[in-house]
Amino acid sequence: MTATPTAAAPFTTVIGLEVHVQLQTRTKLFCGCSTTFGAAPNTHVCPTCLGLPGSLPVMNRTAFELAVRAALALGCKIAPFTKWDRKNYFYPDLPKGYQISQFDLPFSSAGALEVVDPKGALSRNVRITRVHLEEDAGKSMHDEAAGTGDTRIDLNRAGTPLCEIVTEPDLRSPQEARAWLNELKLLLVYLGVSDCNMQEGSLRVDANVNLHIPSDGGRIAKTPIVEIKNMNSFRSVERALVYEAARQYEEWQATKAEMGKTPKQTRGWDDPAGVTRAQRHKEESSDYRYFPEPDLVPVTVSEEWLAATREAMGDPPSVLREKLAARWKIPAYDADVLVNQGRELVAYFEDLAERVGEGKVASNWMQQDVLRTLNERGGSIDAFPVRPAALAELIGRVAKGDFDTSRAREIFAEVLASGRTVDEVVASMGIAAVDDDELITLCRELLAANPRVVADVKGGKEQAAAGLIGQAKKKNPNVNPGKVRAMCLDLIRQM
Amino acid sequence: MQPSDMSAVDLVTAVRQGDLTALRATEAFLEQIERLDGQINAFLSVDRDGALRTAAAVDAKRKAGKTLGPLAGLPVAVKDALCTSDLPTTCASKMLAGFRPPYDAEVVARLRAADAVIVGKTNMDEFAMGGSNENSAFGPVHNPWDLTRAPGGSSGGSAACVAADMAPVAIGSDTGGSIRQPAGLCGITGLKPTYGRVSRRGLVAFASSLDQIGPMARSAADCALLLETIAGHDPGDATSLDLPVPAYGSDLERPLEGVRIGRVPAHFGAGLDPEVAHAVEEAFAAFRAAGATIIDIDMPHADAGVATYYLVAPCEASSNLARYDGAHYGHRAEPGKGHRAEPGKLQPAEPVSGQGNASGGFESALVEMYCRSRAEGFGPEVKRRIMLGTYALSAGYYDAYYAKALKVRRLIRQDYLDAFEKVDLIGGPVSATAAFKLGEKSGDPLAMYLVDLYTVCTNLAGVGGISFPCGFTKGGLPIGFQLQAPALAEPLLLRATDRYQHLTDWHRRRPAIAARPR
Ligand SMILES: [Zn+2]
Repeated sequence: MTATPTAAAPFTTVIGLEVHVQLQTRTKLFCGCSTTFGAAPNTHVCPTCLGLPGSLPVMNRTAFELAVRAALALGCKIAPFTKWDRKNYFYPDLPKGYQISQFDLPFSSAGALEVVDPKGALSRNVRITRVHLEEDAGKSMHDEAAGTGDTRIDLNRAGTPLCEIVTEPDLRSPQEARAWLNELKLLLVYLGVSDCNMQEGSLRVDANVNLHIPSDGGRIAKTPIVEIKNMNSFRSVERALVYEAARQYEEWQATKAEMGKTPKQTRGWDDPAGVTRAQRHKEESSDYRYFPEPDLVPVTVSEEWLAATREAMGDPPSVLREKLAARWKIPAYDADVLVNQGRELVAYFEDLAERVGEGKVASNWMQQDVLRTLNERGGSIDAFPVRPAALAELIGRVAKGDFDTSRAREIFAEVLASGRTVDEVVASMGIAAVDDDELITLCRELLAANPRVVADVKGGKEQAAAGLIGQAKKKNPNVNPGKVRAMCLDLIRQM
Repeated sequence: MQPSDMSAVDLVTAVRQGDLTALRATEAFLEQIERLDGQINAFLSVDRDGALRTAAAVDAKRKAGKTLGPLAGLPVAVKDALCTSDLPTTCASKMLAGFRPPYDAEVVARLRAADAVIVGKTNMDEFAMGGSNENSAFGPVHNPWDLTRAPGGSSGGSAACVAADMAPVAIGSDTGGSIRQPAGLCGITGLKPTYGRVSRRGLVAFASSLDQIGPMARSAADCALLLETIAGHDPGDATSLDLPVPAYGSDLERPLEGVRIGRVPAHFGAGLDPEVAHAVEEAFAAFRAAGATIIDIDMPHADAGVATYYLVAPCEASSNLARYDGAHYGHRAEPGKGHRAEPGKLQPAEPVSGQGNASGGFESALVEMYCRSRAEGFGPEVKRRIMLGTYALSAGYYDAYYAKALKVRRLIRQDYLDAFEKVDLIGGPVSATAAFKLGEKSGDPLAMYLVDLYTVCTNLAGVGGISFPCGFTKGGLPIGFQLQAPALAEPLLLRATDRYQHLTDWHRRRPAIAARPR
């Protein structure tokens, strides 16, 4: 997508993202409590995550490893030495009165994640400023409107490991932001870093956005940066950014207010209403009084450990797309579709392609049949009833000429519906190879019954033979349409 | 022999050999507590029933022929800054009045596993902030040598209970001198171990990078016995050292020939009471007589110690004490009751008014609850330090205060490294005067902060220190001597003190009040 203003959008939207992902660890970042979602409130807690007097944190090494894996996949530099800091603020869902985070020495920095769309529409390299680790707060639920209602606090989430990924303001459109988030999510899921489940709060996005507006004398006016919060799907990120860009443009036209003259504003996305609303100024005026966490020791990272972590990581999606396209000689578009479905589907495809022996044929079946039915049925590829071996057999029999592709699709559908094997279905549908004598007899009958077609073909209109195929299939569903056509043309020529 | 006349080492030996029951030993100290603590106020809670139960269990264990722990039957008093699951843990603060933690501190767990008998929790300065024990929300501790005087602090209750024979040993904690200074003022022996030697898990944090738990007893040998049980790696404390624990009691008798003790001439400047100076010089002479060499050394950054300490410690404290907000546990202000301003005292912040948004009602009610709970729950010294620390960590001040303090802290640490190239130990006074009168300094925070002059650098450097009596004033008050050693040189600290205690009998003297009726 171009970054230049057009008549339709007389400005450039400049976007940076802050993404929090919950790491897929069994236990919390600084204690042994479970991170399982959905437990009864305040059941996954201990003195440490409750912030009881005298309790101390101990770092979960697995969380650190997962975070490093994410940072490595994002091409970040990993600091040989990293420390923890306390971010101090009062809130009931923060029982210690501070969050253990990383301030001036994050464990990683200076990476990038490219979003490549094979159709070429959205493609950009987005720089990553930093990736750091921190603990999550608990959840407080209160009646915002009444102001006097009870507030309930659930500390199950308090202390859950979060990886914060901060980008440079490199994104140039809401669509691009959404595409980039999809790529990030895919990457993190591939690496087993996070399940990125936005409904359960495993992935949260805040966006910083402003506009660059060409104005008089070639000068670029920059509108004040707004941070948007409360977006709970990638779709709402895109919608919020579209709305906010329009809102900022309108405001700029009215006020001509530029960046730096007003403090950074925080706005919340109201999804049902489809608008952003100004939030309290608390955030901007906060002084978190960061200082080094004295209860934890700094973490040192050795080159050997980094190498081992890199080794154990597996291919990120971008590499896998290229490998898949090269190994199976499939178009980049196909590789993109397959990889975007996740690691398990790629494994299914590779198993299938190996058995079929031809990547493109396997890929066509994946795209047209497997993915379509998978989308309709729901569920994971691992639970898909037609396993690669069965599908490969079906494809093999089409190649042998036992039946044609459309017949194979019927068989595929029946296998899915009945749960029987390909052989069983073939037998039950009365599908049997039609021998040549049978075929000649059938074709002669057809030609005799269709003198008009014979005349047309003789007159040079070979395509007229197509009309015979439907009739042939009615007489015997097992005939191969290609063979019928060839046989009929042959017989007409001999007439 | 009465249990109260025995050393802790002899007491556990007697229990192990069956010459004394744990029950008898425990009863003897509980009787003394009952007799004296109304006047001394060393305990915030006494667990008479629990102690007798534990003691009986130890005796039963011995009778059944089971192996007894190394502290079997030894009554121990524990500073109320350590979490105990069966006794309240208040840190002498109204904020935590009646608070019962759901877990034992690591040190408490180790004491229990060693078959020690926990008799109660001792009084202290609120959240360990103070040097006189006057900052307790539950009244000051009275020095057993003179009930009108302070016992020192913050582990004043632990020091006073050992001095008055209400317990043979006690657990204290030391952030800037809180074991050594009260030990000095009460005439007992107290050791602050190397940072990381003893687990801090379950010690209610004051300043995490300085806090260290240690033993308080009548002699170095008894401190060694206690330290051997409480020291050692705890995977639950990331700052705890994963190193083997020496047998501290096994090397006490080796003579001091060849040991070099540093003497810092600057310690003897203005402000040091002449009687204290005299006793300290006498102690140096005794060490020389015992075979040690005394070498004058310089600690160039020592003068910055108190200033550095009073930035580092309050900064950490301001954050460590943020959790006491009334939301989850501890004191919470009653809704709707205003806080009355007291002239000349620290005042609570005005509740932050509504902030003009949808959640304004909740926000302002919440902030008001925080402000009032903390205003009511904390005493003035705790508030003062929270404010000092909050200020010093604030944007725009961080570099000038906290960051600079960390730099000076590194210089002080370097002073120690340099000094320990030349000497094995550093000796000197533990405080400038003997015990001062209750109320004498309580109106003057700065004078009170200077009480820590000789002790804070040990914590800033993370090394070990010990304090023990080296004489008495004409008025009959004990005078303390301090030895400091390189990291992990506790064996040498204990050995040097033990050798001194073989040559002198200051540590055997008891205040008159402690004498049991016959
Ligand atoms: Zn926990």
